[in-house]
Amino acid sequence: MPTPLLNIPETKEVAAVTQTPEQSDLGAGPDSAGRFGKYGGRFVPEALMAALEELDVAYREAIADPEFVAQYDYLQRTYTGRPNPVTDAKNLSEHAGGARILLKREDLNHTGSHKINNVLGQALLTKRMGKTRVIAETGAGQHGVATATAAALLDLECVVYMGEEDTQRQALNVARMQLLGATVIPVTAGSRTLKDAINEAMRDWVTNVDQTHYLLGTVAGPAPFPEMVRHFHAIIGREAREQTLEMTGRLPDVVAACVGGGSNAIGIFHAFRNDPGVRLFGFEAGGEGIESGRHAAKLSVGSSGVLHGARSYLLQDDEGQTIASHSISAGLDYPSVGPEHAWLRDTGKATYESVTDVEAMDAFALLSRTEGIIPAIESAHAIAGALRVGKRLGPDAVILVNLSGRGDKDVATAAKWFNLVDSATVDSTSEVVT
Amino acid sequence: MSHLAETFAAARADGRAALIAYLPAGFPTRVDCVPVIAAMVENGVDAVEIGLPYSDPLMDGPVIQAAVDSSLKAGTRIGDVMANVGGVVGTGAPTLVMSYWNPIERYGVDRFARELAEAGGCGVITPDLTPEEAGPWIEATDEHGIDRVFLVAPSSSDERIETVVRACSGFVYAASTMGVTGARTAVSSSAPELVSRVRQHTTLPVCVGLGVSTRAQAADVASYADGVIVGSAFVKALLDAESPGAGAAAAAALAAELAAGVRGASGVGVRA
Repeated sequence: MPTPLLNIPETKEVAAVTQTPEQSDLGAGPDSAGRFGKYGGRFVPEALMAALEELDVAYREAIADPEFVAQYDYLQRTYTGRPNPVTDAKNLSEHAGGARILLKREDLNHTGSHKINNVLGQALLTKRMGKTRVIAETGAGQHGVATATAAALLDLECVVYMGEEDTQRQALNVARMQLLGATVIPVTAGSRTLKDAINEAMRDWVTNVDQTHYLLGTVAGPAPFPEMVRHFHAIIGREAREQTLEMTGRLPDVVAACVGGGSNAIGIFHAFRNDPGVRLFGFEAGGEGIESGRHAAKLSVGSSGVLHGARSYLLQDDEGQTIASHSISAGLDYPSVGPEHAWLRDTGKATYESVTDVEAMDAFALLSRTEGIIPAIESAHAIAGALRVGKRLGPDAVILVNLSGRGDKDVATAAKWFNLVDSATVDSTSEVVT
Repeated sequence: MSHLAETFAAARADGRAALIAYLPAGFPTRVDCVPVIAAMVENGVDAVEIGLPYSDPLMDGPVIQAAVDSSLKAGTRIGDVMANVGGVVGTGAPTLVMSYWNPIERYGVDRFARELAEAGGCGVITPDLTPEEAGPWIEATDEHGIDRVFLVAPSSSDERIETVVRACSGFVYAASTMGVTGARTAVSSSAPELVSRVRQHTTLPVCVGLGVSTRAQAADVASYADGVIVGSAFVKALLDAESPGAGAAAAAALAAELAAGVRGASGVGVRA
């Protein structure tokens, strides 16, 4: 019997508003081996198999336990600030061929992105499993900040692995994690970005697995991570679907999201999977352009392979060596993607396109100026994609975009990109917090 | 009986465990890899694992990461791995490949097994592949007569040990501890218990790796296992050396020390 983690007042009332996942969620894949078609699975050292089996059992018991669900739901309402709104971006419409653009405001969550949805769920699960330490990887820092936040709240030791290159371009988030009491370890191996941070987190996990939960931040990794992380993010789509119906009286024509590992996209896609009239679009980082070779467009030009515990699409050479990705957005700068996206791509259930650094930064500026919303550069890829799709579909279309994060963390990068401050100022900002 | 099985049988007939050494292909350099291993074999290494350098070696600690990195930067390809295997087979030691799964899958599972067999290699150790995901690999290795070695760990349940040993051939690789490759001051106390649990499920040789770097540790592991696997200690000797010649001498000296360890003896001379 797990000990109550929080004193939840008026338990009965909370239980009454608790959402239980629709029954069909459980039947929407993966299969019992954690596979979405040929993707997914568990490609891990044997030493981690026991921990994955333990996690699988604990996760399934937890989400069937009304007490756990109530704890999670309580935190989502009173701490994350759910439900967050959908904003009708009327000024943006004229830049999208007249299409109506609706923004799901995950940027308004506590800690500034959708990441908190998953982190709270897994942190509660960590407590339930009796573990005392969480580790996490982070690219942009959003997942690291969210993990450090939940660890502070639930009194867990927290270590975050972050590629050294990312600690520099996301220096403010490094400081934020440290303020929250986390230890941030810069990873100097390989390409010094997210993929190498995941390698290092896996090495830590295999060494300290007894007391440590690997709080993986996206819908990638070995089973049950892709399914579990989807479960905790599926609230995004459930809310947004309802809100869109209320606001427009109909379902959207398109649901758009950026795709790095793919968690915010799966989170908003999942509720629409049985709506045949709704087209799902994922926008991955085109970096300096596909032809430049410096991009993170694995679903556009990658191939099937195994990385970080699962089979999925991957940027790799002809002998299976991972090719380093590139994007102005640290959160999309990852050479693989969650296995469910690989399956959605192959089955045509979702469409994936790439958005370059330039297109994303143009959309970043446009949303800031037209709607007064500074998006995360990751989310700006989704905005750019929505503008493109809107121009194709025209003024009758309704496009729901997952605005997965806010841009506070990206102000230094944007200031440099748009030449708003002299570079010495930006550099010194980086140094102070690195 | 396969060459590998003969090697274990011969060691057992000597009343000792086998000494198995690991080096990445193309390390310390393309030209030095085989001669260095030949010197190690000359000094008592019974079987050899050639590592296939991979960009994301998540079971390896910093020492092997550094070696693999330098080999990849020097342009080592799978063809070079096969060539190194062929060279080491020429020393008379049974030779396996240690590889993460993605390079094998990408290269072609059947092609990899076939080319390894053609090069004279006898087996493959796959540290991030479990039997559950190994269907096509089991077919290909059966087809080409290649032993496949999966790992067990201290965290493995008896049920998982049963699953793993049933999929293994050649030997069973017992990870001595929960962790990544690299020298440790003490070999984990969980290793003897793990080996004894594995023996309840199989008559295959059980070899212990992770953390063995000294003669005393080799002697200790040899007292309960059929094979002692040493990787990072050889790699470190080569990384620390000031010249390729000095590295080869250091690796040979370490081989002699460890060979003495598995024989429970003290002190043997280094053969040039």
